[in-house]
Amino acid sequence: MAVAMRVLAILLCLLALPSLLALPSLAADPPNPPPAKAGTTCIDAPAVMRRDHPGMLMHQRDDTLRLGIRGGKASLKDCVACHATTAADGTPVPVNAPGQFCQACHAYAAVQPDCFECHATTPPLKTAGGAP
Amino acid sequence: MTEISRRQVVLASGAVLVVAASAAAAAPRGQGQPASATRHWGLLIDTAKCDDGCTVCVKACKAEMGLAGHDRPATDPQYVRKLTVTDPATGHRHSLPVMCQHCDKPACVDVCPTGASMKRADGIVLVDRHICIGCRYCMMACPYKARSFAHEEQTGQKPYLPRGKGTVEGCTLCVHRIDAGGEPVCVEACAAKAKGAMLFGDLKDPDSAIAQRVAKEATTRIRADLGLLPSVRYQGI
Repeated sequence: MAVAMRVLAILLCLLALPSLLALPSLAADPPNPPPAKAGTTCIDAPAVMRRDHPGMLMHQRDDTLRLGIRGGKASLKDCVACHATTAADGTPVPVNAPGQFCQACHAYAAVQPDCFECHATTPPLKTAGGAP
Repeated sequence: MTEISRRQVVLASGAVLVVAASAAAAAPRGQGQPASATRHWGLLIDTAKCDDGCTVCVKACKAEMGLAGHDRPATDPQYVRKLTVTDPATGHRHSLPVMCQHCDKPACVDVCPTGASMKRADGIVLVDRHICIGCRYCMMACPYKARSFAHEEQTGQKPYLPRGKGTVEGCTLCVHRIDAGGEPVCVEACAAKAKGAMLFGDLKDPDSAIAQRVAKEATTRIRADLGLLPSVRYQGI
């Protein structure tokens, strides 16, 4: 009886195998975010940025807000400044719009960052306001 | 014809020194340098120059900070508001702007359960929205009614002022401008478009205009009896 159960289990496993092998083909295509603004250099190598950008931003935000340290290496404002694209009519496209720099990878990785519930998603317009 | 006397030269060199000192006080902090307790930013508001009905500072603040209301005055965000007060005994009326008073002993910081309400080393009281849970204790604790709550999802924020639904907000004393060596937008707008009733500066710098006026002239703080030691001082109330 025990032998029959074991055979049944192996058979079930064998049946499940093709569907398991087929899973990667069901996954979405790798993200293809738009390139950064021409002539700009990122603060670190792409491999480092991919892995470490949440930590960098998390660390910098406390330094900037609580201690008042400006001009730090990592800055969400600077990310947006280089990585936001512009539409055909010249208006900036939010970085968290589908397919844009931030959203392309976060959608692929099923991550929902809440940065942009508060932070600006487009670079400042040069004509707006009188702020520095 | 225009022979410059020794006295004039001495006076002129003194003026150059004064200009150099005030320019140094307004110089932006170096990149990577934290805010320092050697400075304490404050405001001095002369209510004699503040016209009843003038809302230049309020409008400038809303434009600078990107505060869009929903036509609901009770809950729309306001970092600065104009008050008109009347002395019931004499009927004397005067008007004054009230914003976050950037207290030295802020009640909002005392009551905050997460540490989101905070005072920076240079005396500016801010909300760290990263850890604000939107409980609004600070709004209840503040005797100046200086804080607002973002009830709605926000769009179109300014890059220098992130603000979002479910967090408390208030006057930042235009910390983004101060860190770049500027002054708050309300002060700038009042000087440019109204009577220049507001003076901004470093209260700890004895050479600054605000410290000198505070030392020489009578100034008051609103509800000074509470002992919160606001950094915003008023004249004529």
